Amino acid sequence: MSAKEYRTAASAQGGLLTVRGAHGIAFGDRVQIRDHRNRQRNGQVIRAGVDEVLVQVFEGTEDIDLESTWVRFLDQPLEMALSPEILGRIFNGLGEPKDGRPPIVSSLRRSVSAGAINPAARTYPREFIQTGVSTIDGLNSLVRGQKLPIFSASGLPHNRLAAQIVRQAKLVDEESHFSIVFAAMGVSYSDAQFFQEEFASSGVLGNVTMFVNLADDPPVERLALPRVALTAAEYLAFDLDRHVLVVMTDMTNYAEALREVATAKGDVPARKGYPGYLYSDLAEIYERSGRIKDRHGSVTLVPVVSMPSDDITHPIPDLTGYITEGQIVLSRDLHARGIYPPVHISPSLSRLMKDGVGKDFTREDHPRVAAQLYALYARALETRNLASIIGADELSERDRRYLTFADEFDRRFVGQGEDEDRSIVETLNVAWELLSMFPKDALTRVSETDIAKYYHGGGA
Amino acid sequence: MSEKVKVGRIQEINGPIVTVELAGLRNGEQVRIGEIGLVGEVIALDGPRALVQAYESTEGVRPGEPVRGLGHPLAVELGPGLLGSIFDGVQRPLATIFSQSGDSIPRGLDIPSLDRGKRWAFTPNDALELGTTIAGGSILGTVQETGAIEHRILVPPLLSGELTELAPAGEYALDDAIGRLRTPDGQTHKLFLYHRWPVRTARPYLRRDHAVEPLITGQRILDTFFPLLKGGKAAVPGPFGAGKTVVQQQVARWSNADIVIYVGCGERGNELVDVLETFPELHDPYTGRRMMERTLLVANTSNMPVVAREASIYVGVTLAEYFRDQGYDVVMLADSTSRWAEALREVAGRLGEMPVEEGYPAYLASRLAAFYERAGRVKTLAEKTGSVSLIGAVSPPGGDFSEPVTSHTKEIIQTFWALSKELADARHYPAIDWTSSFSAHVSSAARWWAENIDPAWEAKRAEALKLLARDAELARIVNLVGPEALSSAQRWELEAAALVKEGVLQQSALDAVDTFASPQKQFLLLDLILTIYEKGADLVQIGVPVQELVGLPLLARARRLKQVYGSEQITDLQAFMDEIRAEFDRIRLEYAKFQEHAAT
Repeated sequence: MSAKEYRTAASAQGGLLTVRGAHGIAFGDRVQIRDHRNRQRNGQVIRAGVDEVLVQVFEGTEDIDLESTWVRFLDQPLEMALSPEILGRIFNGLGEPKDGRPPIVSSLRRSVSAGAINPAARTYPREFIQTGVSTIDGLNSLVRGQKLPIFSASGLPHNRLAAQIVRQAKLVDEESHFSIVFAAMGVSYSDAQFFQEEFASSGVLGNVTMFVNLADDPPVERLALPRVALTAAEYLAFDLDRHVLVVMTDMTNYAEALREVATAKGDVPARKGYPGYLYSDLAEIYERSGRIKDRHGSVTLVPVVSMPSDDITHPIPDLTGYITEGQIVLSRDLHARGIYPPVHISPSLSRLMKDGVGKDFTREDHPRVAAQLYALYARALETRNLASIIGADELSERDRRYLTFADEFDRRFVGQGEDEDRSIVETLNVAWELLSMFPKDALTRVSETDIAKYYHGGGA
Repeated sequence: MSEKVKVGRIQEINGPIVTVELAGLRNGEQVRIGEIGLVGEVIALDGPRALVQAYESTEGVRPGEPVRGLGHPLAVELGPGLLGSIFDGVQRPLATIFSQSGDSIPRGLDIPSLDRGKRWAFTPNDALELGTTIAGGSILGTVQETGAIEHRILVPPLLSGELTELAPAGEYALDDAIGRLRTPDGQTHKLFLYHRWPVRTARPYLRRDHAVEPLITGQRILDTFFPLLKGGKAAVPGPFGAGKTVVQQQVARWSNADIVIYVGCGERGNELVDVLETFPELHDPYTGRRMMERTLLVANTSNMPVVAREASIYVGVTLAEYFRDQGYDVVMLADSTSRWAEALREVAGRLGEMPVEEGYPAYLASRLAAFYERAGRVKTLAEKTGSVSLIGAVSPPGGDFSEPVTSHTKEIIQTFWALSKELADARHYPAIDWTSSFSAHVSSAARWWAENIDPAWEAKRAEALKLLARDAELARIVNLVGPEALSSAQRWELEAAALVKEGVLQQSALDAVDTFASPQKQFLLLDLILTIYEKGADLVQIGVPVQELVGLPLLARARRLKQVYGSEQITDLQAFMDEIRAEFDRIRLEYAKFQEHAAT
């Protein structure tokens, strides 16, 4: 079937265009729109009726008039052209070049809405990735094929942390570095610039594919961007056998674009005006990470989610947390105290850590040391709370030790330099220095063998 | 299918909702949509038009393409080959699909749920004689499906009549007739190793019985504090990261059910892979057989089509009822019912139905209740006893238990395992909050514990809960005025409560020893720690300084008992009781001497 062109737009509102009299148009098909000034826009069919078709216009419906707008149905889904040349390139949310260089020429084009990976085709991710960041490696380890978001908020250094992870991420026993897919949705020019300079200065730029939609670019394009970016990531991972680290920022901008379009469509809102399908929609994105049987490559996903008003129960971080395999939570309080990276370990979690650390992966004491640090820090935070009420002087000697521990932990374990790339052994050594502040009896989560081997405190 | 296939045309495609023009469809009827043949289900009728929900993505489908009505509702295939398998939300075999079609699931597949090629060794039921009348649900014979489970071949529940033919022992494939039955109206029906059953209809049974026996999960906070009976219904609500999945997986691993059905409903793909990869390695502590031999997975991961998610829990519970009808105790875990409710909401929203609470349709509560009602302990049509226990995870938005799915579920279930973010943040696992959890089964469970383990169970359990309640009360005081305000007796109570929390309630799913505790071990641990509390309280009473007790190395050891002694080392645990007695007697004696000395 050849592409059909119509000049029968019936309504244009909120990024949506209705076209009458178009017959047999497939749901999900790609659309090209030419407006009265002959500028081209892109769209996708989101409702297909016998006589009326609803098109979502990625560039928005600003400045469109109904009479002189031509709509062309391309009879193909939204696709991305793929070749090894995509590395080192910058694209927009639809996969079109944004770096002034020619488009990718390739016979390989793939629909950006991949079918769900068959769970029977997956293998369980278990290879430890060393990020060089103690709070992640030591307590919330990332493994290859995991999806682990950074929950942040405005003004916190999530971009710096994400860039540090990109620079430092490696496997302990292999010298293979990651290929990077960077997906920016609704970010400011300076943030996009920051990442680009980071990639350039660390010499990885040739190994990065960037997809950029700036804050002043059309919001509807953000709906396509993560799918386009992940199509590229899957190609690099499962066709070219690379390990791919996908950094997406900021998923909150994505969800807001989704709400904008849903509202225009008249979808029934669930929470805070977000549509009821926000969960499924986010899952379609996040679940594309993973490992597949008999494939060498992997897709590891680190999305940045900024929590509106620092609220972790807001629908976007909330639903994200239900889909992803844990979360790294940044804290305004730690940031205010000058600690970088301000990772608040209590609400942070890595669900896949249990199978990626320990004897065969990092070091045998690792899981128990992590449990012990968590238990002591939880107790220490309670003590800190108590001290803020009754004053530190009123505390018993035992409690004061916890207070010192909390401060030292924040300073030495959580805090580290932006260029400090700690190996997992270094991280565990810092951990044991902190554990050794306590008498042996207080360490009930580590084993007696661990204590004999690593403990070097003076206490009984 | 015997009915004539009806063909109509697609009118409109709106995501998973397709409007079709096709008269004569029934509500609930299965349809095939478009040239590609997507699977769907009729959800509403309006004159010659019908609304259909598609179980697969409708991308690329056009108005004007054909739609075929199949004449039957969504049904599952019930027969040998179920165990150890992984199915999608509409019972398509995912492992077969993977080997045939690769990494992702192609659309419009027409592939039977159960393997037609495989031959099963069938042994006919000796007790059956040709010419006698047999009822629906009777056992025709058996197939040893796995080492652990004998699959009992049932007459389809709604069929009864004279048995005119029954195959001799031998190997049969699913499509080979293994018998014939003549109904009173003179029709002859072939009988096979499998039959089909519509998922939205509960399977019939003779009568319901009271649940009497606890489901032992090997998890102390569940078995000892908030028991669930076989045939009961439980909910596990909790915010993300609180450990719902681990609790469910632990129950799947260690519960003393015959069959475990795990429905991953809108959850993570990797979690199902975890089960698929680890269960074949694990051994069932009761039979010693491989865990996968008694397990069956239904998977609709969060990125799979949302409409199949709605169907997946019905598919799961129908499979559960089928094994119940063979006389087995079945546990079905649904992770998570919130995703199911959201699927309901999404479809309702697309139909333009009036939302009531948080966008959910008005029938949310009744659908939930009807689903959980399929749990129970029954006398089957074959006069055997079987049960289905339902455990549903709930994922409340923002961890708010007052939201509609959690609050409606709470009205329906009998056992409530509430997970808490605070406990999880402090890495107190399982993060089940003892103050907001409950079980309506305690007195029934107490009878079982009294007969099988120890008559003191109910009293010890109550004592521990009382101590934990005191702990919460005292913690409030400490937070207001500091620890100095507490009396010695109160400080000992705090210490003892900490012992209960660390030594009994906390249980590591990752520790090889601690991951499972037999009822005997559970009771002993609790008894030991409460003995320390009582003995210590006596000493504090006579004036022994509480600091002296808090520093005892015995307490650190008591905290580690759970990991040191396995469920088979009961005598070692009993020996620790003597150590406790000896240690506290020694302190009492020393203190008496000290006082004598002070007096003189």
